[in-house]
Amino acid sequence: MTIGTNVMNSWRKSGSPMIWLTSGAVSISLIAVIGLLILIAWRGLVYFWPSTIYQFDVVNPQGQVETVIGEVYEIDSIPAQRLRENGHNIPSEVTEVESKLVKTGNREFVELDFRWLLGPTITKQQALPNLAVFERNKNGNFYGFINSVTVDGKKKTGEMATLVATLDDALARVETLQEQADELQSSEINSINYKLEKIRLKQRRYEIDNELTPERLADLDAQRKTLNDKYLVHEAKLFKFRNEMTRDFVTVKDMRGELVDINLSYLLSFNLPNQMGVITKFGHWLVNIGSFVMDDPREANTEGGVFPAIFGTIFMVMLMAVIVTPFGVVAAIYLHEYAKKNVFTKFIRIAVINLAGVPSVVYGVFGLGFFVYILGGSIDELFYPESSPSPVFGSPGVMWSALTLAILTLPVVIVSTEEGLSRIPISLRQGSLALGATKAETLWKVIIPMASPAIMTGLILAVARAAGEVAPLMLVGVVKMAPTLPVDGNFPFFHLDRKFMHLGFHIYDVGFQSPNVEAARPLVFASSFLLVTVIVGLNMAAIRIRNLLREKYRSLEH
Amino acid sequence: MINLEPTDAATQDQVLDLANLTDEQTAFSIEDLDLFYGDKQALKGVSMRIPKGQVTAFIGPSGCGKSTLLRCMNRMNDLIDNCNITGEIKLEQQNIFDRNVDVATLRRRVGMVFQRPNPFPKSIYENVVYGLRLQGVKDRRVLDKAVEESLRGAALWDEVKDRLHDNALGLSGGQQQRLVIARAIAIEPEVLLLDEPTSALDPISTLVIEELITELKNKFTVVIVTHNMQQAARVSDNTAFMYMGELIEYSDTNTLFTTPAKKQTEDYITGRYG
Repeated sequence: MTIGTNVMNSWRKSGSPMIWLTSGAVSISLIAVIGLLILIAWRGLVYFWPSTIYQFDVVNPQGQVETVIGEVYEIDSIPAQRLRENGHNIPSEVTEVESKLVKTGNREFVELDFRWLLGPTITKQQALPNLAVFERNKNGNFYGFINSVTVDGKKKTGEMATLVATLDDALARVETLQEQADELQSSEINSINYKLEKIRLKQRRYEIDNELTPERLADLDAQRKTLNDKYLVHEAKLFKFRNEMTRDFVTVKDMRGELVDINLSYLLSFNLPNQMGVITKFGHWLVNIGSFVMDDPREANTEGGVFPAIFGTIFMVMLMAVIVTPFGVVAAIYLHEYAKKNVFTKFIRIAVINLAGVPSVVYGVFGLGFFVYILGGSIDELFYPESSPSPVFGSPGVMWSALTLAILTLPVVIVSTEEGLSRIPISLRQGSLALGATKAETLWKVIIPMASPAIMTGLILAVARAAGEVAPLMLVGVVKMAPTLPVDGNFPFFHLDRKFMHLGFHIYDVGFQSPNVEAARPLVFASSFLLVTVIVGLNMAAIRIRNLLREKYRSLEH
Repeated sequence: MINLEPTDAATQDQVLDLANLTDEQTAFSIEDLDLFYGDKQALKGVSMRIPKGQVTAFIGPSGCGKSTLLRCMNRMNDLIDNCNITGEIKLEQQNIFDRNVDVATLRRRVGMVFQRPNPFPKSIYENVVYGLRLQGVKDRRVLDKAVEESLRGAALWDEVKDRLHDNALGLSGGQQQRLVIARAIAIEPEVLLLDEPTSALDPISTLVIEELITELKNKFTVVIVTHNMQQAARVSDNTAFMYMGELIEYSDTNTLFTTPAKKQTEDYITGRYG
């Protein structure tokens, strides 16, 4: 008995419980973080795997057999009791019924492109090798059997392999045309429209300033005429491309047994997943992920990729970093190096630290009220009177978002820079001063370079916080769908007044504002995974730079 | 640029009458200097003349004000809040506390080496040319020449000539301290202040630095603070003993160590207190 207590006592005194407690806390945190990442990654990435297409024979309530074609999206167990209450005929010994959510696609021909099938009603389920899935740029996927392919007015039927080859060729031709059309649209036509708008604004400006002389007007009209002529040429070309694209179509037999013509200009890709091996599927998986990252979104963001959102997120965060770093560093230098150490500076320091605790949406409101309305409004009045009544900087945009987030993250940069400054040994300052350097020279040549790792730390924290913020951005510049990126080929290349897309907002929008909840759900996970990847990537880059700087100034540890 | 041949100043190795130095013989003339850190008086009415071209040592127990006095000579105490100074220190007849004295220029004329080596985290080369670059010297050849001469002057050249562009922090403590001396003499000051320059070093590095100090006096006026009395005896021409912020005794080194005039000095140098 006494020995027992002694053993317990000495175990307690040895510090082992503390080790267990602390290591336990670390393990739980690690498991939580890793679990979160794995869950998001798994549910996001599995979406891109080409899934098997099944043909189901289902008995409907009227007793008729119906054919359903689609991918199994989710399998769920439903209590039999509930089904009985809803009038289903389920044998009494059954307690739970398996139910499958099938994505049937073919949105224009059925009411819902997702359908729950109850286990007992399925009489047959087969993965027929010739089942094909067609990815379209409108109305989502289409499932069915390829019946025939019509190329240049000639209908071709026959072996599946030859049909697939013919369709591949025809599709490649359409893709080339589409690329040419896109190129024409995005570079030439876009730039003409941009220039036309510039000319309109120029004319308006002359009118406002009462400087619109007949010569000027004639000159502008001449410019306009040249551009319009050019435009007509391009437009004709574009229509020709579009016309060419609609030449061919594929005829598909759908699950109702009817033949449907799908014009190749609507078709993005097609494949026969039931014939694919694992390696082919893996290839398709990579291609799907690639197009998710690189493509523009379609159909209210429920299809296609998220490239504009990735671009917007990274661009805005970098812009913010460019703004916040000099501001924060300069403020920290003043506070630490020049300001007298008295109650007032203490108060300022406390205020700065407290700023970090203000809810981010409050910053959003401030950004909207101050930056967008007051600053942006004044800029418009002074510099862009010709665009009135449509605002240029007087409406939310990427610059105001970056500025708002810069204020939001300012405290972090100030605090860590100050910490870095205070870690630099006084002997180095004295060394520099003793060589005849002024205080400013000492700062520039010795102190700031040595504090740069700390400044980078502040920046890392700022970037990590800013990249994940959504709430304030909804007020100052983020939109669901931005027609143009904030950077393009038209002078001055960076259009900071434009609205932009953001991954965080994209997640919210797809997940909660989408008309098609089932279709959107995997995209929420995929986008979240991508957002985490982007933030981690930005952080890793900053950490890499900081470590290089640290290596350079490793001195001061002694 | 730096000529270590003996200067024609007549003071070299002479025993001078410290109480009656002429203005030509004087580097610093300190008059009735009081210094307060807040309420605490650190220096009490110190008056002395420090001769040109000689090594003057300040000795005394910890907290006696010897470092404080040294730091007054290039106004390093300006960096300390609550530090009030009355009295005068004249460098070449010019009171260094005058309003119109530019501190940066003063410090260029009066260089300083600190207790612990404090090289900048830059290359050896960049450390040496730091002061010259501040003065706007850009000519590569001038800088190269200054680096070689200063490093030779600090007895470091042979050890580092093949790795001038390596980081200075890779040097040993003794080498770092000599680099700091090289950095200080590269801008050719008139006076070099050494604040316990060997207290953080091993005996061999100490010996090298001590030899260096005797070389340096050929070119510069050297003022050294040390709490090692043997060191003061070895390297200095004149020695000042300070105690509790007061200058107790100031005479040529030989006299002070063999026949001290004051009881306190004798007690200190014979190890009875301090």
